[in-house]
Amino acid sequence: MATTTLPAPLSERLTRLWETAPGLYGVLATVDHKTIGKRYLGTSIVFLILGGVEAAALRLQLARANTSLMGPETYSQIFSMHGITMIFWYAAPVLSGFSNYMWPLMLGARDMACPRANALSYWTFLMSGLFLYTSALVGAMPDRGWFAYAPMTEMGYSPGLNIDFYAIALTFLSVSTTVGAINFVVTLFKTRAPGMSLNRLPIFVWGTLTTSFSVIAAAPALTAACVLLYLDRRFGAHFYDSASGGSAMLWQHLFWSFGHPWVYIVVLPAMGIISDLIPTFCRRPLVGYTFVALATVSTGILGFGVWVHHMFATGLPATASSFFSAASMVITIPSAIAVFSWIATIWHGRPLFKTPMLFAAGFIILFVIGGVSGVATAANAYDLQLTDTYFVVAHLHYVLIGINVFAVMAGFYYWLPKITGKMMNEAMGKLNFWLMFVGFGVGFFPMHTLGLLGMPRRIYTYADGLGWGWQNMWVTIGAFVFALGVAVFIANFFWSLRSGADAGPNPWDAPTLEWAIPSPPPPYNFARIPIVASRHPLWEDRINEGTGRSVFDTGPTLDRGRDTFGTGPLDAEVEGILRMPEDTAWPFLVSLSILAVSYGLLASLVWLDVVGALGLFVCIVGWVVPRHEPPATREA
Amino acid sequence: MATAANPYELPINPGRQASPGWWVMVLVIATEAMLFAYLLFSYYYLASMSRGAFPPDGVPRLGLAAPNTVILLASSGTMSWAERGIGAGDERRLRLGMLLTLVLGIVFLSIQGIEYSRKPFTLATNAYGSLFFTITGFHGAHVLVGLVMNIVVQVWAWRGWLTRERHLPVTCAAMYWHFVDAVWIVVFASLYITPRLS
Repeated sequence: MATTTLPAPLSERLTRLWETAPGLYGVLATVDHKTIGKRYLGTSIVFLILGGVEAAALRLQLARANTSLMGPETYSQIFSMHGITMIFWYAAPVLSGFSNYMWPLMLGARDMACPRANALSYWTFLMSGLFLYTSALVGAMPDRGWFAYAPMTEMGYSPGLNIDFYAIALTFLSVSTTVGAINFVVTLFKTRAPGMSLNRLPIFVWGTLTTSFSVIAAAPALTAACVLLYLDRRFGAHFYDSASGGSAMLWQHLFWSFGHPWVYIVVLPAMGIISDLIPTFCRRPLVGYTFVALATVSTGILGFGVWVHHMFATGLPATASSFFSAASMVITIPSAIAVFSWIATIWHGRPLFKTPMLFAAGFIILFVIGGVSGVATAANAYDLQLTDTYFVVAHLHYVLIGINVFAVMAGFYYWLPKITGKMMNEAMGKLNFWLMFVGFGVGFFPMHTLGLLGMPRRIYTYADGLGWGWQNMWVTIGAFVFALGVAVFIANFFWSLRSGADAGPNPWDAPTLEWAIPSPPPPYNFARIPIVASRHPLWEDRINEGTGRSVFDTGPTLDRGRDTFGTGPLDAEVEGILRMPEDTAWPFLVSLSILAVSYGLLASLVWLDVVGALGLFVCIVGWVVPRHEPPATREA
Repeated sequence: MATAANPYELPINPGRQASPGWWVMVLVIATEAMLFAYLLFSYYYLASMSRGAFPPDGVPRLGLAAPNTVILLASSGTMSWAERGIGAGDERRLRLGMLLTLVLGIVFLSIQGIEYSRKPFTLATNAYGSLFFTITGFHGAHVLVGLVMNIVVQVWAWRGWLTRERHLPVTCAAMYWHFVDAVWIVVFASLYITPRLS
């Protein structure tokens, strides 16, 4: 019903309107959310591999006592880059990649609300990452951990460029995350298909929406922290300098005011992926949709009230610690709502364990384990024993790999057929899952016991005879098995491009809008804008939610320009037509200008800063100058 | 549903809340407001942790800052006068109002510069100096951005590109300008007034 063939002239006309220009200009100037989404996914996987290689080096060093593969300074740089890369340049961007690609398809739109801002968000993500990694070329990678505590980062204790790279790169990345987040919120408010009311949004959309609000509120804390750090280092300010009225604790407050919301930023959309694919593979709607949506939003909000639980060991007053300990415990409630809803959906459904579902099941198990160790570290008294031990390393990897990477793998196996039009290999998929799941357990579970045995974090080697050696060997073996799983995934991806079966529009018989169009989708997404009547538009004939039938075949074509509907924020009633921008190189040039400013700040080259700032001004004016329509038209 | 018959009877790129641009500006303001919230948190945090007198050199004087506040608030008035002008189709009022706003903004920054030059401390003197110059500096940078926006939109206004029906750029520039003024009230209250209360 959803996939009738189009009259050829319509599809040709729409393709002409929407396709990206060929050649290098098109590469630099595209604003197609699908291209940008694929770039986000590909780039963040490259960062995942970089972070993974760094992790492998760390694990070789720690496999046995007194290894001398690398010295303490090299080790500090590599573990810092491992954390920074994974947390900032992989975990959130990979989810942005899925959201960029999937949102317009799920919402029934032809693009994001701000396609040029979308391009800007990608280019700044890429260039900030390149900026960060030039630190490797000059041998001055950040070396104070991903959270870079003051005062170790002050000029007196860290005179190299290492921390300048950190402060500038993260500020640069904040541009990307903030622009992306604003674009998601505006897309949700303005460009849903008619009838796609809030209560019909996929949970994945709820997840990204929540995290976008979190980014808007939390990213400035990191920006402020990094700018103050840069001022301390380069201009002799005293924000983190306790000797002149500053406070090293200020860094921790600012950093974790950002850092804890960030934890939810990298997991809530991932939880959303799981909430959306479990129903597909269990052949029934999600149990407790409304509760899961509300749990998602409330987790995002509560995430702002728990940052001090990263600071229990800093000697804060007991009242403050108790309050934040209690607040952290409260987060278990929305988390448990999500877990019980997944279990109930599996329980009441007919689960079909294809690869995406295997990853979803593995995800639930790791989510629960990571949640339990999270409750342990949230308990103030217990945390004082665990702080700075491998127990914390175990917890954060259960959370970040369990809840992010496993969901991302599930998402890839679920959506790559939509993106590439080709099915992945199921046998390789199962091998992929078991290597990662077993490798993860072997690698990361012993970190709990190592932590309880007193092994501290961030040590580059350890003495023999402490009883840690054999467990560390297990960790290393597990890490390499896990990495093998990632390699199988990459092999499977390239196999699918060459030899995968054609996916067709809806290979999983899934209920949501992205499956109503061909795989891969045409440049215009929907030839006719769908009119949505329920939460499961493609399952209406079966589950009869009593809200009418969605319209796919007879909706409006909007083919007089790059047009999509502008709709209202709550019920998605049509307000007007949005004429979307054409390809443009301004976002790319804006990013280049920011890159120039960044290098100028790093190397104290004032002329480069001036050039970059002028470039920024010219590009932004070029961007906002009214173009294709004569500005004085009175169409409204 | 209005979509069924001929969707092209609907407005193309409608204004205000129906446009993505309006929401982008709202969210930009929200995230910038949070930036100032974190900066002011830093100010109050270091003030509360301070062992000696805070501010160390005594309460900042109001001689320049208080009239400057009035000037900036007046510029919000002229901006809003300009915006309502174009809303009524009066392009002359738009141009005049934006020009006045620009002049008032430049006066504000100049007086701020004079106050900077008279301060006995610098960014590097102590934590208070760092806070004072960073917070007011961040605000000054936002004023500067608002002035650049003003100039760009004014060029369009003088070219006659903005009309009663189509003036979203004015709306957005005005929202941003009012935000910059509102932030100044909070910054002024924090840096100049609260030290007088203790």
